[in-house]
Amino acid sequence: MSDQRTTPAVLAVHDVRKAFGQQQVLRGVDLHVPAGAIVAVLGPSGCGKTTLLRLIAGFEQLDHGSITVAGRLAANCGAAGPTMSLPPERRRVGVVPQEGALFPHLDVAGNVGFGLRRGHGPDGRVAEVLALVGLAGFEKKRPSQLSGGQQQRVALARALAPKPSLVLLDEPFSSLDAAMRGQVREEVFEVLRAANATAILVTHDQQEALSVADQVAVLLAGRIAQVGEPTELYASPSSLEVATFVGEAVVLRGTAKGARVECALGSLPQRANGPVSGPVDVVVRPEQFAIVDTDADNHELLTGTVVARSYFGHDGIVRVSLPSGTVITCRTPAGTLPARGDKVSARVMSPVVAFAATE
Amino acid sequence: MTRARPPLALVAPAAAAAVIAVIPIWYLIDRSLERGVDEVIDELWQRRTLDLVLRSVGLTATVTLLCVVIGVAAAWLVVRSGLPGRRALRVAFTLPLAVPSYLSAFAWISWRPGLAGFTGATLVLTLVSYPYVMLPVVSALSRLDPAHDDVARSLGQSRLQVALRLTLPQIRTSIAAGALLVALYVLSDFGAVAAMRYEVFTWVIYGAYRAGFNPSRAAILATVLVMLALALVLAESAVRGRAEARVGSGSPRAGNQVPLGRATPLAYLFVAAVLGPALVFPMWRIGVWVSTYVSTDISVHDVGGALGQTLMLAALAAVATVLLAFPTGVLAARSRSRLARTLERTTYVGHALPGIVVAISLVYVGVRLLRPIYLEVPLLVLGYVVLFLPLAVGAVRNSVEQSPPRMEEVARSLGDGPMRVLRRVTAPLALPGIGAGAALVLLATMKELPVTLVLRPTGTETLATRLWRYTSVSDYANAGPYALALVLFAAVPTALLSSFSGSDRTHSVRARQSVEAT
Repeated sequence: MSDQRTTPAVLAVHDVRKAFGQQQVLRGVDLHVPAGAIVAVLGPSGCGKTTLLRLIAGFEQLDHGSITVAGRLAANCGAAGPTMSLPPERRRVGVVPQEGALFPHLDVAGNVGFGLRRGHGPDGRVAEVLALVGLAGFEKKRPSQLSGGQQQRVALARALAPKPSLVLLDEPFSSLDAAMRGQVREEVFEVLRAANATAILVTHDQQEALSVADQVAVLLAGRIAQVGEPTELYASPSSLEVATFVGEAVVLRGTAKGARVECALGSLPQRANGPVSGPVDVVVRPEQFAIVDTDADNHELLTGTVVARSYFGHDGIVRVSLPSGTVITCRTPAGTLPARGDKVSARVMSPVVAFAATE
Repeated sequence: MTRARPPLALVAPAAAAAVIAVIPIWYLIDRSLERGVDEVIDELWQRRTLDLVLRSVGLTATVTLLCVVIGVAAAWLVVRSGLPGRRALRVAFTLPLAVPSYLSAFAWISWRPGLAGFTGATLVLTLVSYPYVMLPVVSALSRLDPAHDDVARSLGQSRLQVALRLTLPQIRTSIAAGALLVALYVLSDFGAVAAMRYEVFTWVIYGAYRAGFNPSRAAILATVLVMLALALVLAESAVRGRAEARVGSGSPRAGNQVPLGRATPLAYLFVAAVLGPALVFPMWRIGVWVSTYVSTDISVHDVGGALGQTLMLAALAAVATVLLAFPTGVLAARSRSRLARTLERTTYVGHALPGIVVAISLVYVGVRLLRPIYLEVPLLVLGYVVLFLPLAVGAVRNSVEQSPPRMEEVARSLGDGPMRVLRRVTAPLALPGIGAGAALVLLATMKELPVTLVLRPTGTETLATRLWRYTSVSDYANAGPYALALVLFAAVPTALLSSFSGSDRTHSVRARQSVEAT
């Protein structure tokens, strides 16, 4: 967070609100994107992330707040200064939509050169950007002759060609099949970094957000719940909502007692800066559990029955039902994956995160 | 697009189109009330007016019902049955659209004069208008997800149960849309009822107008006719509700074909029973006429001249209508503003206006305001525009809707202003729809009779007017060459139309025919 204050922001979104009819979609969003950063806006469907993107691009008008792109006011309403909104064509914001949305009546060169004005050496630029996305020589192809991944790369090249201040990617990989998605994603972000572009990726796929972004902004119910580096977000979520949305977690009711919390799993050490007393929600990630030898004589062990397991090759997940009725989710190495019905013991290996309970 | 105000460069021409579309309504109100409200009540409160309503409604209901039965059966045969030669059949079943209703009517009464009246009018109107039900149902059936049928069958439903519980509800709105087109067509048809001497609104209005002594009677009756048509349009939109979208993604498999087995001869019998009277019979009659026709140089010249006039007028009408329809179509597809919706709906007024009403209203306007172009080509083309605007607006709207608005947004983000986007993205993408709209207007104009009869410049003869002139005095030998030329040239856009119906429905649904108003 701290570097955001010092680096000049390419995008500054301030207290943006937007409603469609009675439906309040964005309830005061703040977001700063520093130059050269790739920020993922992560949220479940319906959280308003696509609306935020469309407001930044200028496709929708905001109800309140301001948006500044590359130091220039792009939209303002209800805040200090005149109410205004630059049309999309004057914002210098590139857009890569979900299915690419290549113009079907133009070939690849026509698509990529669409935003280039004559006299600015469009030919050279088209070839240059096509080379950047690894599609040199594809100028004369029609969009219908390209694979889904190629279409997505042409859409990226088209957005990058006029050298925009900011590139917006709206779930650009969701229409690709799982096998291709990972590869295309890697290629696209290599290109973005090679072009030193500033970009916002909107996605509901937490793995995608955590794996490619420098910063992840979690958007829940129309508000930014937390912004941070992926590791920070996963390890130190700022709220129970963020904790359960980003990554899997077992949530248990408990009571804070100083540096420890009492819950159905016993007395567990908690992270620094947690609540010191009162009712709490305790969050335990699957990899914080370890399945241990049942023979080991330790009163801190949780013993129960395996009720479900999923095998992923490199590791696996088992759900263990404890005598108290609590079901915990444990990640275990593939080699030691127990079978359904096995009696196993588990223990919590690291301090847990606790949030003061809201009710 | 955005909720922002639609651009003035689109709104201004769309508003102009809307104004043109409501000219006839203005005329009707003005003329009907010319002699005061009492006169209106007097005119309506008569036994003959009630008879007129009953005859018109009866004919409309009968023909619509028959067309639904034939149209749905034909659509099922060409889409879902295992009948060999289905593709050719689809085109063949569409071709009766190329036969003007008055031509078909004269073909029948020149052979069996006793058919004149309700029977003949029902026969002819059914044969020329069942494709308006078939085309939308064909596209609805083609769009159905065959996986639904498979699921239903695996859940223990018989083929018949599947058809009744699954297929019928899904094509219901298309049937309703097609039925509306047929009903509007029958209400507004002039040529067939005149040829069959069956006294319904259009013929009586034409008579009142020709007689000339009481123009407000024509206007009052026309108002009643427009009310009937509007009632139909409203009833249909109530049935339609919201069109269901296909749930789930993935490209659909080709539909399951139902093998006909021993029912195959029965299917061919149906084909023969429809295409025989609808297509083969009129062509045979035309053949007879042509063979009795003794060629002279002057007549060949006349046919060529009429053909030239027909094509010229049809081309002018197509270009003018599509140009005027484009802004409205784009607005309707892309703007959610109330203004855009109102403008679009206003152009659909033509949907409920019989050609004869448009014709006499433009005479009125022409004599009063547009004297310089009265009985000149521009006023005639204006008449075609009023009639056929809904066809072209529908086609443009539909094709613009088929390209995602993302396209235009991306173009905006790449630095193009709204007008540049319109020129560089929207218009090129809408080109197929614009072409389809132009083909529809072309076909409709070639067959059009009442507007052409009333508004054509003195001395101008088209294939339709020549045909009308000769057949109405039973001079079939001289009518033959004109009939042949008209049917052959109308068959081209008709065949194009049948190929559009496979991929999307709106071209045919919106293909409002009242207009092809004979």
